[in-house]
Amino acid sequence: MNAFGFHIIPPRTIDFDQFDGRLLNEILEKEPSFRICLSCGGCTATCNAGTLIDFNVRKMNLLLRRGETTSLAKEIDKCMLCGKCMLVCPRGINIRNVIMLLKKEIVKFNEVQP
Amino acid sequence: MKQQKKIVTIGGGIAGTEVSSILAGLGYEVTMLEKTNQTGGKLNQWNHLFPNGRDAGDITDFLRQKIAMQTFRVLKTTSVGGVTRRNGLFEINTNTGEALEANAVVISTGFDLFDATRKEEYGYSIYENVITSADLEEILRRGHPLATSRGTKPRRVAFIHCVGSRDEKSGHHHCSRVCCVTGVKQAIETAKQLPDAEIFCFYMDLRMFGLSYESLYREAQEKYNIQFIRGRLSEASENQDESLLIKAEDTLSGRPLKMNVDLMVLLVGMIPGKETSRMAELFGLEREPNGFLRIADPHLDRNRSSVKGVFLAGTCTGPMTVDETLEHARSAAIDIHHDLQGMNS
Repeated sequence: MNAFGFHIIPPRTIDFDQFDGRLLNEILEKEPSFRICLSCGGCTATCNAGTLIDFNVRKMNLLLRRGETTSLAKEIDKCMLCGKCMLVCPRGINIRNVIMLLKKEIVKFNEVQP
Repeated sequence: MKQQKKIVTIGGGIAGTEVSSILAGLGYEVTMLEKTNQTGGKLNQWNHLFPNGRDAGDITDFLRQKIAMQTFRVLKTTSVGGVTRRNGLFEINTNTGEALEANAVVISTGFDLFDATRKEEYGYSIYENVITSADLEEILRRGHPLATSRGTKPRRVAFIHCVGSRDEKSGHHHCSRVCCVTGVKQAIETAKQLPDAEIFCFYMDLRMFGLSYESLYREAQEKYNIQFIRGRLSEASENQDESLLIKAEDTLSGRPLKMNVDLMVLLVGMIPGKETSRMAELFGLEREPNGFLRIADPHLDRNRSSVKGVFLAGTCTGPMTVDETLEHARSAAIDIHHDLQGMNS
């Protein structure tokens, strides 16, 4: 209960020194094609889910690389695994496998169960 | 076949040596002036070349062999003091008191590296662990291990792209072209030497224009796990242990980002050489807004200057790679040959 009516705003800054790379390293090891993402956004543009709800496939890569596991867990649930993103990816990344791996692995590292 | 005509090349780097040796091979009497006591230019300070990582010494040896054939005169520690023009002939007076006659002059005075101390917010020569790409090349060339100022192994290294390039604040609007791939090359070399280190490249755009540069970039991501963050460094500050706290925006997620690094490498750009600017004044050559010498036509006439009889070769006209410089020098030789044979006028 906040008796004073104000609270401390957590900083928005990404602090790389707090970065926990365990999940990222596990995903990169199991799906090495994920290393070469260019952040072009082709996947996001073609995504069926993304046309209807707030879901950005490209940002999944960023969330993972910045260690934002909690937000990532919410994001991957929005994917319907249709695989359209893989058709347009200029670097041929197996995005669907990345999401499948994330779904499996994220429970190990996330304090909040997805 | 021996020609009567004389050519003076000003600058004994890659372009100067190449154009001189070709013109000498065509029979012209060529004199090359080099202001320092060593030919080869800035290539002498470089270790390995992109895209294949070959030894820069391969190229300096190639140039040195051409000089050793003695088909043209090389005057070291010699620069131009004054120029006069009479009946279409140049008379060039050197600082050593020589007067050289020339039917055509080649300017191949090259570039200077951007002085990184001018970007004070990045802390070069203020903080201990900030070095430039040229410094890194020197460390590698001498075979020294990469270490922090306190002699420890760097655990995290950041490469900063576009230092003194595409930057109106420092007066250089232009893109230096070669630093992107130099950064990727040096990041890979760093990863090879420090396999446990995390390596980051902070970029605005990555311009991998060369045929195999894109594969090098891909290799950096795929094989060496180098991380590319799109965002320009805003500032660096030094911690008590001399490591650095750097700040940038992660523009792809739209949030500010900070990290501590042990070593920071500034990829400094190419700016017009001081000697290039001096030649522009001496010969009355037109310059581009970025200070490089203006070529007569960007497509069809890339070696003629705005003054008849004065030709341009290499990076005095803008940033170039080693291979582009060699090609530009060769095409200068053809243009000069055509002009002196009266084929073009």
